[in-house]
Amino acid sequence: MSTMRSAEGGAPLGGEHRSRESHGPTATRSAEGGAAPGGEHRSRESHGPTAMRSAEGGAALGGEQRSRASDGPTTIEAGYNFGYLDENTKRMIRRALLKAVAIPGHQVPFGSREMPLPYGWGTGGIQVTASVIGPQDRLKVIDQGADDTTNAVSIRRFFAKVAGVATTEHTAEATIIQTRHRIPEVKLREGQILVYQVPMPEPLFRLEPRVSETKRMHALADYGLMHVKLYEDIARHGHIAISYNYPVMVGGRYLMSPSPIPAFDNPKMHRMPALQLFGAGREKRIYAVPPYTSVHSLDFEDHPFQPIRANAACALCGARDSYLDEVVTDDQGGRMFVCSDTDYCNTRQGSREAAE
Amino acid sequence: MAYVAVKGGERAIDAAHAWLAEARRGDAAQPELSLEQIEQQLGLAVDRVMAEGACYDRGLAALAVKQARGDLIEAAFLLRAYRTTLPRFGASLPMDTGAMRIRRRISATYKDLPGGQVLGPTFDYTHRLLDFALAAGGTPPPAPMAAPEGEATPRVTGILAQEGLMAPEAKSDAEPPDLTREPLSFPADRPLRLQALARGDEGFLLAMGYSTQRGYGNAHPFVGEIRMGEVAVEIAPPELGFPIEIGEITVTECQMVNQFAGSKTEPPQFTRGYGLVFGHGERKAMAMSLVDRALRAKELGEEVDAPAQSEEFVLYHCDNIEATGFVEHLKLPHYVDFQSELEKVREMRATVFREAAE
Repeated sequence: MSTMRSAEGGAPLGGEHRSRESHGPTATRSAEGGAAPGGEHRSRESHGPTAMRSAEGGAALGGEQRSRASDGPTTIEAGYNFGYLDENTKRMIRRALLKAVAIPGHQVPFGSREMPLPYGWGTGGIQVTASVIGPQDRLKVIDQGADDTTNAVSIRRFFAKVAGVATTEHTAEATIIQTRHRIPEVKLREGQILVYQVPMPEPLFRLEPRVSETKRMHALADYGLMHVKLYEDIARHGHIAISYNYPVMVGGRYLMSPSPIPAFDNPKMHRMPALQLFGAGREKRIYAVPPYTSVHSLDFEDHPFQPIRANAACALCGARDSYLDEVVTDDQGGRMFVCSDTDYCNTRQGSREAAE
Repeated sequence: MAYVAVKGGERAIDAAHAWLAEARRGDAAQPELSLEQIEQQLGLAVDRVMAEGACYDRGLAALAVKQARGDLIEAAFLLRAYRTTLPRFGASLPMDTGAMRIRRRISATYKDLPGGQVLGPTFDYTHRLLDFALAAGGTPPPAPMAAPEGEATPRVTGILAQEGLMAPEAKSDAEPPDLTREPLSFPADRPLRLQALARGDEGFLLAMGYSTQRGYGNAHPFVGEIRMGEVAVEIAPPELGFPIEIGEITVTECQMVNQFAGSKTEPPQFTRGYGLVFGHGERKAMAMSLVDRALRAKELGEEVDAPAQSEEFVLYHCDNIEATGFVEHLKLPHYVDFQSELEKVREMRATVFREAAE
């Protein structure tokens, strides 16, 4: 499914870097060796998408004019720069990302742009991905852990349209994984980038809605308010009553929202070999957790952090270690549990079948 | 089974888009709306979309209205998403609304004044009776025309200022901040606040302005002046060194006059709330001027306790593109977090029942 790249298309998209530095015509390789009257030269202004590839690997055309053409799955939208954002905007976002990496867990304001997808649909994540993605990247997009949820499909299509990059559903094959609400079950490795879509970057916003005030609290590392909230939870319920978007301390300094991932996923952030980038488009903030940084879920000595998952095995692959979705099967109380991470589940099912 | 149904696929999205296109067109037996018809006959909708879309282009705004099936927030969103891809050349020189070619100009603070009261094309004194003749269609008789008086139309705030009764605004040649390039930060200065309000949602500003009239914020407003008409836009390219006119836009300006009791450093006088909106947008210009004045409470040493006086509250929530996105994102799947909540609530219930049993 989701074949942004067709098997016949073969070769990865031509474009060498489309940056201001390399204005040269872009080579378009095609598997069948079709003619590529590709790159007209690109001016600084239009950075136009250079190569459009046909499924048969035939002619590729350089798009210069600003038109709303072609919706085909294997062509880049004409009239837009590689990755949609213009190069100056990407540079601005990369600067914010560098600062964010330098100060793990610290929220960096940035000039978030209006995107053609609505706020709340992942505009922050999309801008971060658009700023770090290159033609050689292989992108995976998940929502709720699944590659085939509507919003994941929509965002993957967006990048296929404006960047023409390869996409994949396999966690291990991806160089960039954009996610909403989950961290994949498979351990990520060095060189991979996990891009989180973040609705509310401020971990303290439910306790203090004024940004000017929370800024001060972060500057002073004054997180008493959150500790009191957790303490009150324990006093009232016997345990901490946060099940997702569970606040973490990054590098022992900054309190950070892990985005609304289930608390089950929190431990995966700790000393993760992959780079974790967080983009909040509407709130116009970026933050990051560099590889191998300590990420500690807030807790107390006598009330240690406890990740939550349904106490069951996946009905499809039998996993007992993965996060499960509860699926209601009828109106008689019937339900089953299946892995939320579709790639993890499919891979396990595949290897089970192979073993049989 | 159900599991498959909740996961959408590409085909579902394509089919939904096709259905949308069909619904947008409606009954194919009816003639299709042209952009010219929208621009001409739904002009105030086009104006509102330009204002909230923060892009002055009637043709594109009309296209957005058509594409959005008349959903004006969706249309403003389409226009914003287009606007964001355009290069930013620079800032224009301050517009001189005093030199406006006036189509409407009224003042509530003076019976008559230089330039006169010009009602213009207004709903104000219409009786809101459904006009069934309009349903039948037809071309109205031409409106009577008077020769322009040629008299200058000075701004009411200027008239007050001559007497020293209007608090002067600080002059600045600094390029105003641009929140489409730099994120909002607080405290926000007035140019930034005004930019945010000018792009803000008419309904939100209306409600906030209204609240200041009802005691949430201590407002005593008078409409010093509302004017609507065409104003020249000028830029001064550095390579030329002198200003050139690049076009003309229609704007609505409202100057709200408020009493100010004075402070330790300032004598009693009037202060200004300011509203400026693309196109003909009187309701929004008025609401904007009320909210602008309310947001000046801190600088004027007034008590800040009402929502309309809180910078963060107003500026973070006035943008309807941000607001609609975040409200509507709740319809995206949230089942992963909900699963955690399910387990948590079950655990909490188990604790309660166990304790009750003990």
